[in-house]
Amino acid sequence: MTSIGTGYDLTNSVFSPDGRNFQVEYAVKAVENGGTSIGIRCKDGVVLACEKVITSKLLKAGANKRIATIDRHMGAVSSGLVPDGRHFTSRAREEAASWRKVYKSPITTADLAGRMGGYMQAYTLYSSVRPFGVTAIVAGWDSELELPVDGQVGSGPSIGSGGKAKDKKYGGPGLYMIEPSGIYWGYYGAATGKGRQTAKAEMEKLNLAEGKMSLLDGVKEAAKIIYVAHADNKDKEFELEMTWISNLEGPTKGRHQEVPKELLEDAEKLAKKALDGDDDDEEETKDENKPAEADKMEE
Amino acid sequence: MEFGTSGMLNEDGIHVDMDRLKKGEVNLGTSIMAINFKDGVILGADSRTTTGAYIANRVTDKLTQVHDTIWCCRSGSAADTQAVADMVHQNLGMYGIMNGRPPTTQTAAALFQELCYENKDRLSAGLIIAGWDERHGGQVYSIPLGGSLHKQSYAIGGSGSTYIYGYCDANWKEGMDEEAAVNFVKGALQEAIKWDGSSGGVIRMVVLTKKGANRHLYLPDTQYAVRHE
Repeated sequence: MTSIGTGYDLTNSVFSPDGRNFQVEYAVKAVENGGTSIGIRCKDGVVLACEKVITSKLLKAGANKRIATIDRHMGAVSSGLVPDGRHFTSRAREEAASWRKVYKSPITTADLAGRMGGYMQAYTLYSSVRPFGVTAIVAGWDSELELPVDGQVGSGPSIGSGGKAKDKKYGGPGLYMIEPSGIYWGYYGAATGKGRQTAKAEMEKLNLAEGKMSLLDGVKEAAKIIYVAHADNKDKEFELEMTWISNLEGPTKGRHQEVPKELLEDAEKLAKKALDGDDDDEEETKDENKPAEADKMEE
Repeated sequence: MEFGTSGMLNEDGIHVDMDRLKKGEVNLGTSIMAINFKDGVILGADSRTTTGAYIANRVTDKLTQVHDTIWCCRSGSAADTQAVADMVHQNLGMYGIMNGRPPTTQTAAALFQELCYENKDRLSAGLIIAGWDERHGGQVYSIPLGGSLHKQSYAIGGSGSTYIYGYCDANWKEGMDEEAAVNFVKGALQEAIKWDGSSGGVIRMVVLTKKGANRHLYLPDTQYAVRHE
């Protein structure tokens, strides 16, 4: 026993004198140790990718998915405590379904992020609960077309409705990241988990704000980023998991789906190649690190 | 609660809309309609409210606003349709504030439908929802008694509508300009008022475009010829 601390971190909803909520900060720590998750918002779709750290050789490869579908047009991935991520997913699905029940149309990515932000914030307020040990990335494609009300009969005038505002675009890609505090922002590229710093640095190089990145390039970049971000954590094996949502003309037709096997393998191959290219000097530093790690193993 | 069991007409010959009313309930034995036109939508209605044979109100406003440019035409029980419209009005107001953008006509139609369908055994409400929004332009939805939802070029409703199916079918054109559209609605409602005993009074209209909502009023003393300010 070293110290009993200040006591301001023992329960939720208690502020420290300088205005911090320690429980939330501890939750962020849990996230910082989780496998890396990223999302890239491209001009014609969104990619989600995650580094799934393999905890046992006995786990079936490709099973135990970590990226979940929230609604037909929306997916989510999280870093941190896996069960908390599962609960996040389940609540997000409920929110999406209840929106459909009330408004008879799919929820927008922004609205879902808002609902989930509110939900996670509520878990910082009460002594009977703890904050979520995850940061989640939500990606979606909001239809660029006019959608009918679910279940409606008929389609109105054959010449279409009159009086529309001209030259305005609607819908498009959405990417949001929600943190344990309940805070959420929209991103061009989002990263969380252990390798987030490396991933963010890589994504900043892509000039995503220009809106020129295509979805297919996005997939390749995402794979590369997960591999680069994993490089600092080389001793652990991992699996790359990727999903995407394209626009209505694209390969997924606005749906959230797994990136097809061949494409995923191609992207992985490219990622490994890119990594080997600038890895020669890293290999040496790794060797230097070896003895240090061996030291750690002693007890 | 006494509901008639006859298919179309009650013993007293009053129209089927009356069939679902409770004893003594105020009825909007009505002529209502809403149409699409070039720049948006127009809603129109007569102004008669009856309790049985008695005209309880001869200048009723059956065109009810539920958001800036989303309105509805009410037919059936006055109490039921007012209550439903009030709930949707409240809901859309909250939607606009919470989501930072105005609701679409679809949103309104979905909310109306849910209420009408889930409470179909207790309501007598025949509604027409019409609205304009930036993304979708003008839209007309009809929600008849059972709570189904129909998107239409134009919709007519209420007891008076039975008399104008032919008129509307013969005179309807898609993409009319505002003047032609107003005349179409006025002509149709005039016929409905002429033939339907439980429709009458003035003709009210609301024109919904990007410019907002614009009310029209036409009085019977001038054969509905002059727009009253």
